[in-house]
Amino acid sequence: MSIDRRHFLGLAGLSALAFAARPSLDGLEGPASDERAPAGTRWAMIVDPKKCLALDGCTRCIAACHTAHNVPLIGERRHEVKWIWKERFERAFPSDENAYTEEALKGKLLPVLCNHCENPPCVRVCPAKATWKREDGIVMTDWHRCIGCRYCMGACPYGSRSFNWDDPRGHMGATPASDYPTRTKGVVEKCTFCEERLAKRQRPLCVEACPEAALVFGDLNDPKSQVRDLLRTRHSIRRRPELGTQPAVYYVI
Amino acid sequence: MLEKALTGSRSYWTWLAALVAAVAIGFAAWLVQLDAGLGVTGLGRDVSWGLYIAQFTFLVGIAASAVTVVLPYYLHDWKAFARITILGELLAIAAVVTCGLFVLVDLGQPARVLNVLLYPTPSSLMFWDMLSLGGYLVVNVVIAWVTLSAERSEVPVPGWIRPVIVLSIPWAISIHTVTAFLYAGLPGRSFWLTALLAPRFLASAFAAGPSLLILLALLLRRAARFDVGRDAIRKLSLILTYTTIANLFFMLMELFTVFYSRVPEHMQHFQYLFVGLDGHRGLVPWMWTSVALTLVALALLIVPRLRHDERLLAGAAMAMFVALWIDKGLGLIVGGFVPTPLEDVVDYSPTAIEVMISAGIWAGGALLVTLFYKITIEVRQQVDAQAPAFPNA
Amino acid sequence: MRDRSFIVAGLVLFLGLVTFPVWYNVAARTDPGAPALARPSAAGVRLLRRGESARLLASEPSCVAPREYMRASHMRLLTEWREDVVRRANRSYVAYDGHRYEKSFTGTCLTCHGDKAQFCDRCHTYAGVSPTCMDCHVTAVVTP
Repeated sequence: MSIDRRHFLGLAGLSALAFAARPSLDGLEGPASDERAPAGTRWAMIVDPKKCLALDGCTRCIAACHTAHNVPLIGERRHEVKWIWKERFERAFPSDENAYTEEALKGKLLPVLCNHCENPPCVRVCPAKATWKREDGIVMTDWHRCIGCRYCMGACPYGSRSFNWDDPRGHMGATPASDYPTRTKGVVEKCTFCEERLAKRQRPLCVEACPEAALVFGDLNDPKSQVRDLLRTRHSIRRRPELGTQPAVYYVI
Repeated sequence: MLEKALTGSRSYWTWLAALVAAVAIGFAAWLVQLDAGLGVTGLGRDVSWGLYIAQFTFLVGIAASAVTVVLPYYLHDWKAFARITILGELLAIAAVVTCGLFVLVDLGQPARVLNVLLYPTPSSLMFWDMLSLGGYLVVNVVIAWVTLSAERSEVPVPGWIRPVIVLSIPWAISIHTVTAFLYAGLPGRSFWLTALLAPRFLASAFAAGPSLLILLALLLRRAARFDVGRDAIRKLSLILTYTTIANLFFMLMELFTVFYSRVPEHMQHFQYLFVGLDGHRGLVPWMWTSVALTLVALALLIVPRLRHDERLLAGAAMAMFVALWIDKGLGLIVGGFVPTPLEDVVDYSPTAIEVMISAGIWAGGALLVTLFYKITIEVRQQVDAQAPAFPNA
Repeated sequence: MRDRSFIVAGLVLFLGLVTFPVWYNVAARTDPGAPALARPSAAGVRLLRRGESARLLASEPSCVAPREYMRASHMRLLTEWREDVVRRANRSYVAYDGHRYEKSFTGTCLTCHGDKAQFCDRCHTYAGVSPTCMDCHVTAVVTP
């Protein structure tokens, strides 16, 4: 059988295309499954502003988290990387433009972090599944896969995500903690609810570090957990609830 | 056929040399950015997309605007567009390549860009944008190659190309709709969270594209003695008139919804752009310049006597192109990020490296357009010289 | 053929240039031989095997996989570990000889092979590869 050059090239091109497409089929992953957490765990955190504000100027939760996770300390504000930080009440809860906010909260700094939403916009938009929602509720990041497009940063309604604008190792200060990796420049990072500690049945570092026990962490699906107890007895609010993201971080007022 | 780009006058080569120099500078600046990280740009935690993605958005619009000449010619037999359609398609190819480069330089880990194809994520609009832009590029390359080759060989185009051309019409609409969806589906960004964003994008694209095409056509007539015809330019200017009106109308619709409802979250972005917010007024002069240019262009376009004067038309086209570049290339992205979801007002201005890289990529696009148009003109002139009364034209 | 001598000369020159790395290295005897890797630290081995049963403790110390496999495919193992830990939260690994390890480059591999310069770099430098793993996964020597 004879074939002319044009048809041969066309066939070769189509074959190459088909061959190249194979890895994409492998990449159609199913949902990530969680082996360690008991089936049906739904992690959540509760912040008690009154307890937190009892200790003025305290930043132990931030120090504990950022030190252990090798979060770089960057002076230039626009390049900051932060997993947990303190924000003024009006900024954390901007929907209510109330000129007469109660004195106890007005202008006060409260800890804010990734909300690990039930319905996370960041997960929807990530084009490489570098961020996804685990079955135990944690919105996780894979720093090996992130292409640094920062679409997730645009999608997050809370500003919880930080990008590494340069090599974080230049901002490490003391030697980095050896049991947790640093990240490379060009990837996005955020709080992971200390999933590496949860795997060893330990609580997140911020929760452990708080001297006032203002941060409570637990399983929403366990009716006897401390988080459920607090939510049952106290009035709780979440950040920007009108957006439907269903945050897993509650603030009990 | 490609060898036709390799012969030219002194001014042709000087122009190419200048473009290559600009590309080289941009490339060197990109190497600096690759080494040091995106921190060398003016971007930050709050304004995480800026000049690069703004140029990407604007250029997707230019790419989509090919439809303004393809649709009338192929679906409605507007014979006046016979010589300009190919220019629109080639512009679309250059625009898609250029906008892809803007995405590449914006990535923190560009070596991993193929992860988007290796791990397909149908929920992500960026995945669909990559597919639709890639497909649009392929479709337009095929169309341009086949039609130019057919013209050069002086044979009719093969029948199968017609459905491909017809396909490119909804595809053009889809690339810019998908790009608008990138922004319009984000719950935390109230400036973009409007159903009107995709229509605004299309109206803006269908004004920016024809403006650029008109300017290129006028330039080609002067610089290369290639005339698309007075009728083509007149009809294109009519399209530009209506899309200019549409742009203005959509903008007024936005202003009404936002300022009549008086929801602070929505008002703040427009306030930041047009009157300043919390003392930050950086973009205010830009936005009002854009408005003024639009109104001037509208005045020149809406009066037929003025629109038919090709010098005034060139002025109007240039005014609209600049106005839309400001609107989409500056106002859209920064306005979406400021104020932040936490109601912070921050400033963004691109750094020198950012501008050099952007200029280098634009120069690369201009280089592609120059090469493509040179080939087209040579083919046309060769055909005209041999058979001036060829019925295909 | 008038140009025969030029063509032959050009071909000879080309062949010489293209085979330069081979004959240059042979002539200069620059091959350092196979790299010698540092022995795993005994303290590290003890640390990893803490809490194992008497039967397992009695067996010879070994790596998480046979040496020949690790020589050829340690990157494949590490990549599988990475995907398992990061994307599937699956941290437990039962090796071919029954020992249980945590899937952790820093926590497991480096506990025994702690010194990057004496171990990892030896082969990597010899082979001329520079993996980027250590850009993030810190390699402080682990002293148990």
